Amino acid sequence: MIGITSIGAYVPVWRLDKSTIARHLRGEKAVANFDEDAITMAVAAGMSALDGADRSDIGALYFASASSPYREKMAATLIGSAMDLPREIRAVDMSHSTRGGTAAVLAAMDSVKAGSAKQAMVIASDMRPGKPGSNHEQNFGDGAASLVIGDTDVAVSIEDSYSVSNEMMDMWRGEDEKYVRSWETRFYVTQGYMKTVGEAIGGLMKKTGIKPQDIAKAVLYSPDGRSVAGLAKSMGFDPKGQLQDILFMQMGNTGTAYCLQLLVAALEDAKPGDKILLASYGNGADAILLQVTDNIDKLKNKDIMNRMLESKKQVPDYITYLKWREILDTNPQHARPTPIASATNLWREHEGIIPFHGQKCTECGHVEWPPQRICSKCQTMDKFETVRLSEKRAKLFTHSKDVITSQVDLPLIYSVVNFEGGGRMITTVTDKDVKEIHNGMDLEPTFRKLFHSEGHTNYFWKTMPIRLK
Amino acid sequence: MSGIRDKVAIIGMGCTRFGELWDMSQEDLVIDACFEAFEDAGIESKDIDACWLGTVDGGNLGSRLTRILKLQYVPVTRVENLCATGTDAFRNACYAVAAGASEMALVCGVEKLKDTGYEGALGGSLDAEYQSRIEVSVGPPTMFGVRATKYFETYGLTPEKGKEILSKIAVKNHYNGARSSKAQFQKEITVEQAIKAPIIAAPLGIFDCCGVTDGSAAAIITTPEKAKEMGKDYVLVKGLGMCNNAAQPILDDDYDFIHFHENKISAQRAYDEAGITNPREEVDVAIVHDCFTITEMIVMEDLQFSKEGEAWKDYEEGFFSLDGGLPVNSDGGLKCFGHPLGATGLRMLYEIYNQLKGRCGERQLKDPKIGLTHNLAGNPDCYCVAISILGKPE
Repeated sequence: MIGITSIGAYVPVWRLDKSTIARHLRGEKAVANFDEDAITMAVAAGMSALDGADRSDIGALYFASASSPYREKMAATLIGSAMDLPREIRAVDMSHSTRGGTAAVLAAMDSVKAGSAKQAMVIASDMRPGKPGSNHEQNFGDGAASLVIGDTDVAVSIEDSYSVSNEMMDMWRGEDEKYVRSWETRFYVTQGYMKTVGEAIGGLMKKTGIKPQDIAKAVLYSPDGRSVAGLAKSMGFDPKGQLQDILFMQMGNTGTAYCLQLLVAALEDAKPGDKILLASYGNGADAILLQVTDNIDKLKNKDIMNRMLESKKQVPDYITYLKWREILDTNPQHARPTPIASATNLWREHEGIIPFHGQKCTECGHVEWPPQRICSKCQTMDKFETVRLSEKRAKLFTHSKDVITSQVDLPLIYSVVNFEGGGRMITTVTDKDVKEIHNGMDLEPTFRKLFHSEGHTNYFWKTMPIRLK
Repeated sequence: MSGIRDKVAIIGMGCTRFGELWDMSQEDLVIDACFEAFEDAGIESKDIDACWLGTVDGGNLGSRLTRILKLQYVPVTRVENLCATGTDAFRNACYAVAAGASEMALVCGVEKLKDTGYEGALGGSLDAEYQSRIEVSVGPPTMFGVRATKYFETYGLTPEKGKEILSKIAVKNHYNGARSSKAQFQKEITVEQAIKAPIIAAPLGIFDCCGVTDGSAAAIITTPEKAKEMGKDYVLVKGLGMCNNAAQPILDDDYDFIHFHENKISAQRAYDEAGITNPREEVDVAIVHDCFTITEMIVMEDLQFSKEGEAWKDYEEGFFSLDGGLPVNSDGGLKCFGHPLGATGLRMLYEIYNQLKGRCGERQLKDPKIGLTHNLAGNPDCYCVAISILGKPE
């Protein structure tokens, strides 16, 4: 039996009340902070699926996104390294379509089935840019989901699948374009979405002999807040009883991550024996039949989507959102320009930066970061073991609130933080409400963008108030 | 180890006006400071046999100094230790004179910071130009602000009370600066003004921070024997102390951020050399590195001028004011002079030198005999502190 052995998800803490975009709009969308992107959200979702587990059995990482930040440069290697996965993994980027999430699930299943990986990790993450004023801006939310696929202790088995490939220009983003474009909404909804997802679901039912009433939950992608109900109905499902809530009013359409986030949400109440239909969309559709096993009760993180959705902070206004997306340029005129980070230095110092390894001196036990050649406590050279700081909690030792450095991270909380078990770093506190900042507060590490220059984004760890208490 | 005590004499000093000197180049600054020092020492530039040039951002190669002053084939050592550059340049020159390698040395510190077009101080990084750039990129006020937050928390000062104390430090230094004709800021301020001033990096506001300025200062040093022979009214070097840390603030999670251990260690070395056992009583005037008001407060404790956690009480009682028990920053400090990195340490020595010689006019203290300068460099993970103690000949 091959299927899901672990789940994780990430919804950014920030919500934009859509009425701040236009007065008549209702609902909220989940909005990544200024220092997040598809890669950082992928790390957050992946870390929640790993939940401190041993990584040695993971043999593949499939990363799916339609908004991966680099045109050339693999994201899966960076994400895998930030999560401290082994180097010996098959790392794959599945880009350019919102269908990538289910494609990654099927590829992961095939890897485990073929024996090339004992466990394969899937992460789907998107922060798709919608043009200000467009319905894409109103519909798109940001987020990520992660699944570990394996063949032992399977909580949800992958029973069968049916894929349809459909070439049409319904949604695209050209080589130099900042925003997603689409043809007329009616065209992509009726001729793209409804038709091809319907075709995939119909194909799967015919192939497996499953009837609509056999399905406990239909977890379906939806391009907007409404179309999914029509699709469900046309396929013979009861939109009220069988259709998974698409959480559209809480987070928006999260693209590649969307149907996998909805699947994670659906598992919260799933019972052994439940059959779940998962369907994605993007230049065609994948329909996947899943069955919940007795191991569902042992699955951790089942309520993570709910907890992520409940844990939220409001973006103060639309202008702030525009600054975060660099649609409004807020770089001060008289600031020193940001130089590019040296790729050589980053490569040499990789262990301390991306997998965030501190070190413990084997002679005196002192823990320190960043890694040194000589222990600062006992001056012993080159005798250290690795400490993975990304999974340690921390406390704010002291801080200042800087109001001059950044117009987007305002105030910037410049912080000295101490990690549980030893180790200290100077960092900032992100995703914060300034009123909650005080010395002694509990923090957790979070992988973020620091800045970008000359097409290169410098990623590193910051801290944030403990998100899920 | 006999140390430097009484082996080196300062016979001349010079200092430019400090400020936003748009109309002056690095060359102008160096010439004005050095020629004031030559005149004070009663020498000509040809009498100089070795030079030390302290500058952080003023370009490379010691020959900058010989090129500007047209000195003829003398050795120049260019010194860089960030904000402590000036004191360190002086320190190196002292050892050369004491060793007999130089009999008439020129030490010049200079910084021309206002030609960049950028606002604020130099960035915080201590590393080479090419680096991984993962450190938080902020200015010095933000880096020093963390100490104020911790100091208030540790000693039970409410944010309001803490801010009031810091403001009193600014008020004291502005009072002194208003009596310093070479200072950038020569206006008195009130506690209320300082409290209400715009925030830079809370809890630090504008009046908690020193300015970004241009300036230069210079010293002529020789042996006491030579000074006597020349018939000069000289000032003696009594002690020098310096240390650089090993990034303990970030590598050691016990480091408390309400002290600079580097201050304590450097000060103890200088006190030992100068034979000082009770600094609060024996030091008559101190010019310290008040890059921020909180820095000055912590320095008072580290240098043993105040008891641990009690410097704020000494400020309330006016102990460090011009008419107090131990006047600190009698010239207005960095607060009023700003901080042209390489020049600052020598500007501090200039004030002590003039106080000991009774030349300070309205801010002149009554017969001071021992003066101290303190120069602190670095960002939260790495510091260097250099201290000098000067005294009148017996």
